[in-house]
Amino acid sequence: MAWETIHKTGQGAAVPPNLVDYDSERAGFSWEAARGQLTGLPAGGGLNIAYEAVDRHAEGPMGERVALRCLDRAGSRTDVTYGELAARSSRFAGVLEGLGVRPGERVFALMPRTADLFAVALGTLKHRAVLSPLFAAFGPAPIRQRLQLGTGRVIVTTPGLYRRKVAPVRDDLPELRHVLLAGGGEPVPGTLDLGSLLEDADPAYEIGPTDPEDMALLHFTSGTTGTPKGAVHVHEAVVSHAVTGRLALDLHDGDVFWCTADPGWVTGTSYGIVSPLVNGVTCIVDEGEFDAERWYETLEREAVTVWYTAPTALRMLMQAGSGAAEGHDLSALRFVASVGEPLNPEVVVWSRDVLGVPAHDNWWQTETGGIMVANYASMDVRPGSMGKPLPGIGATVLRRDDHGKVVLDGEGAAVPAAAGEEGELALRPGWPSMFRGYLGEEERYRSCFAGGWYLSGDLARRDEDGYFWFIGRADDVIKSAGHLIGPFEVESCLMEHPAVVEAGVIGLPDPVAGELVHAYVTLAAGVEASDELRLELVGFARKRLGAAVAPRDIAFDQHLPHTRSGKVMRRLLKARALGLPEGDVSTLESVP
Amino acid sequence: MNDDEAREVVRAVLHEVAPEADLDTVGPGEALQEAFDLDSIDFLNFAEGIHERTGIEVHERDYPELATLSGCVAYLTKSVSGTPASD
Repeated sequence: MAWETIHKTGQGAAVPPNLVDYDSERAGFSWEAARGQLTGLPAGGGLNIAYEAVDRHAEGPMGERVALRCLDRAGSRTDVTYGELAARSSRFAGVLEGLGVRPGERVFALMPRTADLFAVALGTLKHRAVLSPLFAAFGPAPIRQRLQLGTGRVIVTTPGLYRRKVAPVRDDLPELRHVLLAGGGEPVPGTLDLGSLLEDADPAYEIGPTDPEDMALLHFTSGTTGTPKGAVHVHEAVVSHAVTGRLALDLHDGDVFWCTADPGWVTGTSYGIVSPLVNGVTCIVDEGEFDAERWYETLEREAVTVWYTAPTALRMLMQAGSGAAEGHDLSALRFVASVGEPLNPEVVVWSRDVLGVPAHDNWWQTETGGIMVANYASMDVRPGSMGKPLPGIGATVLRRDDHGKVVLDGEGAAVPAAAGEEGELALRPGWPSMFRGYLGEEERYRSCFAGGWYLSGDLARRDEDGYFWFIGRADDVIKSAGHLIGPFEVESCLMEHPAVVEAGVIGLPDPVAGELVHAYVTLAAGVEASDELRLELVGFARKRLGAAVAPRDIAFDQHLPHTRSGKVMRRLLKARALGLPEGDVSTLESVP
Repeated sequence: MNDDEAREVVRAVLHEVAPEADLDTVGPGEALQEAFDLDSIDFLNFAEGIHERTGIEVHERDYPELATLSGCVAYLTKSVSGTPASD
């Protein structure tokens, strides 16, 4: 069914949107001017994300402003001002210096959402080391792999996460020199206590000259095949973080902003840490996991004005029923945005009716570093659409041939799809937060570009009025609860089990998570299929990969479909699982 | 349902959702989600599994009561199949 457009009149808004008129803002936008709104390091020392995020505020009257309002699991609340955050992050920069960590070396953070996370992230950037966040729901295997690929020198984590996820693989990580544990507790051999290191460090730290092109962040993301890719971002990305916070999230002076993203994913850094601080707002930092009642209470008690969350979370709130929202005063809430996977129209409308404002979907990915396509506070919302490209961002939909390759004309230029035609969502390179490479994988990086465009790997269409609509992934990567999961990583893990000879892993639709990871495995000769074995395999994968990556269910299949070259045909598996007719199946991939 | 039966329900449902989790390794008041690295989808499946196995309607607002083993046991023993514990 077609959903009615949600109109924005803009009349009588208590807080006028930063982006008043989409077309004129786009026409008048320049990245040079946006860069000019940042401060830059003193004495022409370059551009450093952490300086723009905290120090420049801390040095002025905003030093007393609350930067972080931290809520722990038990519900107690601690405020950290911009001045205090500047000092704490400087202490961490000093800690790194004391440990002999050099600029450019990688510091991994496997941490919950706490004030320590911010000190570690920003301190790492001040020291000009590279921050690489890890997701706490990863198992030891993905953590080991990322630390190896990124040559992690330091990891900061908690005693519990260390014991469960790092200690078991530490012997495989000779390059990892220091393990710092946050959160106190008994001393653990082979580790250092973050709290006492910070206490002994100097609260003043002078940021060294930082080239805007210096590597700042390393975010791992999954592809269809091979190892995870480390997307490299540089300090100049802060220009995008500043602009997108202002235009796509409508951050204003005095806002209370809550980003619910896990710190292990790119959203948790770009919008959980950098963008709100650069824009000088107060961040809600909630250590707890999703809990409908607690979330409504937090929105109300903290008078959150701008909320950035994920479709899975919104759908879980929706499932909890509108009764859960009743009795909560959400009138402070001015803008709700969502990212991670397409936001279905039902949720957009539910949000308008229950939260009082529609959820504004936006689109971007690890490689883009910041929001690229968005629904804006001032622009009509077409429920189900991801909106329109940000000012400064050239986006299009490119025509694809029968093999899924972008069509190039005689001069090597890519051919745009017609309005309404499905194709690959592509971006004009050159925005500040664009990834500068995949660490150590030049060829893989180059293959992301064609005909002068960055190819996102996402399929979309653009309607006649320029709104973009997400269709699906162009490859086999699975999008579950806002996270990308590479099927190859999961298949490889299952094949390590002696009972399994082959595995095919796909995403199947789920009303809450978007997609869930499902595996089909072929058992070794002589092994009996049983429910017990199924659960053993699920447990086997979860122990190694963690809950976020491991399959939620496993089915036995002694006849997995193959391509001529012998690869498992995931698309055919998916078509079968979804009960698509045979006729559709033959067009999905060449059948042997 | 008595305490032992309730504990067996938790054990069986947890085994379906996270077969690698060993209930014997946690204290009664320890947070299950943290101890076993359950994510929010796991937790939803856990709550649904309890419903499927017992017929008890587990409302979202009751989820916090299921955070620990002792919480689960208390919740299950006071609930009657087919009706939510909090009504």
